[in-house]
Amino acid sequence: MSIPSDLKYTKDHEWLKLLDGDEAIIGITEFAQNSLGDITFVEVPEVEDTFSAGDSFGVVESVKAASDLYMPVDAEVLEVNEALESAPESVNTSPYEDGWILKIKITDPSALSELLDAKAYAEIAKD
Amino acid sequence: MSNMSETQRTPLYDFNVAHGGRMVDFAGWEMPVQYESIVEEHKSTRAAAGLFDVSHMGEATVEGPEAEAFLNYVLTNDVSTMDDGKALYSLMCYPSGGVVDDLLVYRKGLNRYLLCLNAANVAKDVAWLQSEAAKFDVAVTNVSSEYGLIALQGPKAFSILSELASVDLSSLGYYRFVEGKVAGFDCLISRTGYTGEVGVELFVSTSDTAALAEALLEKGKPQGLVLAGLGARDSLRLEAGYSLYGHEIDDEIGPVEANLMWTVSLKKAGDFIGKEAIKTKRSDGPAKKVVFFKTGGRRIARPGTDIVLDGAKVGTVVSGTFSPILNEAIGSALVDASVAKSDSLAVDLRGKSFPIERTKPPFLPLNPQA
Repeated sequence: MSIPSDLKYTKDHEWLKLLDGDEAIIGITEFAQNSLGDITFVEVPEVEDTFSAGDSFGVVESVKAASDLYMPVDAEVLEVNEALESAPESVNTSPYEDGWILKIKITDPSALSELLDAKAYAEIAKD
Repeated sequence: MSNMSETQRTPLYDFNVAHGGRMVDFAGWEMPVQYESIVEEHKSTRAAAGLFDVSHMGEATVEGPEAEAFLNYVLTNDVSTMDDGKALYSLMCYPSGGVVDDLLVYRKGLNRYLLCLNAANVAKDVAWLQSEAAKFDVAVTNVSSEYGLIALQGPKAFSILSELASVDLSSLGYYRFVEGKVAGFDCLISRTGYTGEVGVELFVSTSDTAALAEALLEKGKPQGLVLAGLGARDSLRLEAGYSLYGHEIDDEIGPVEANLMWTVSLKKAGDFIGKEAIKTKRSDGPAKKVVFFKTGGRRIARPGTDIVLDGAKVGTVVSGTFSPILNEAIGSALVDASVAKSDSLAVDLRGKSFPIERTKPPFLPLNPQA
């Protein structure tokens, strides 16, 4: 189970990668995609939509189930991964790279300290 | 929630776990929902072959001087049309016309039959059959624990099987069965299945099931055979347009609603349970009908989703999945009969309405008889 050490994680199995400045990209973890199985659809918000930490911002659907996605921090959407529209299976095959979901601007970084590091996340990402 | 202490394991439990099966509780059984990927297992079954553990299905014998008369009374189809070695799909109905179960009848000899029952319904079915059997000279025996059941389905099924079978299967007709050895194990080899593909179902003794599965997998792998779980089984059967108990049929959705009148012989001699109710419903018209649909998108309309027409709820999705072959979501729904032919039906997904296209099953050209 891959849990990169340079990312931050939520208990709901999203990951967040800090970029320069106040930008970040987010997605779902290897554990999450593995639990969901074959992903067939990802519903994403519009660019410029804003969310508070913990808000549901979309849905990832697999053959087995539909699962809500939760925003790790207060943020505005800068970019969505449009490739997921035609190839949602990227979330299965490359959850930390090709299968990224949103690029965001962090509007309030206070929730960053609540996120888990790889070691803490590994404790909850167990079968 | 089910009590895990009551969960049963098939004779392939260890085989399934050893081969990476993701086990889930299904109808009181620990079953593999998938091994690697539902989508890949589905595609491989259509392209080559899939091997399914369906040992959770139940079996019952019906034997005695009045076995045929009894089955013709409790089942909707006409058992008297069968000869030895024939399999027949039938419903078993309540007097109301609702369905106790759908099942396969195998005629092994004069007044000697084997029934194959849905896992979730075995106890209910056997109790129902035994209660009705009191009026006949017949014995109904639950023999589920004696059998494992393996489904081998797909265009390569017979080429895999022919290398292992002791009997010539080239002339085995659709819905016919033969008893013989496969990989050295005694089997009832039935040309039936639930995927819409060419294939067989192999009834084998509980103690031989795992060794038979290993032999089939080893022989079949070079031809593309994969292990397939319940997830692929469901998407394959829905693509084929087959009804599943608890979804397209149940104790309230009968043959008139579910377009299964072809399994009901109103002309057969004598009375059968449910006949009057089915006749009345057919002449009066049912209140609801089952329809199959495509969504045109990848978003699955799952069971319980509302079907709407001009903003008003007119039905409910009963099956929904993703078709890996069509690359879009497919499903079935129980809708008000008055709107069953409407071209303006939609599904409501999280408050947004998506039009659906009604489709006559199967969703793709399939020929299990080929």
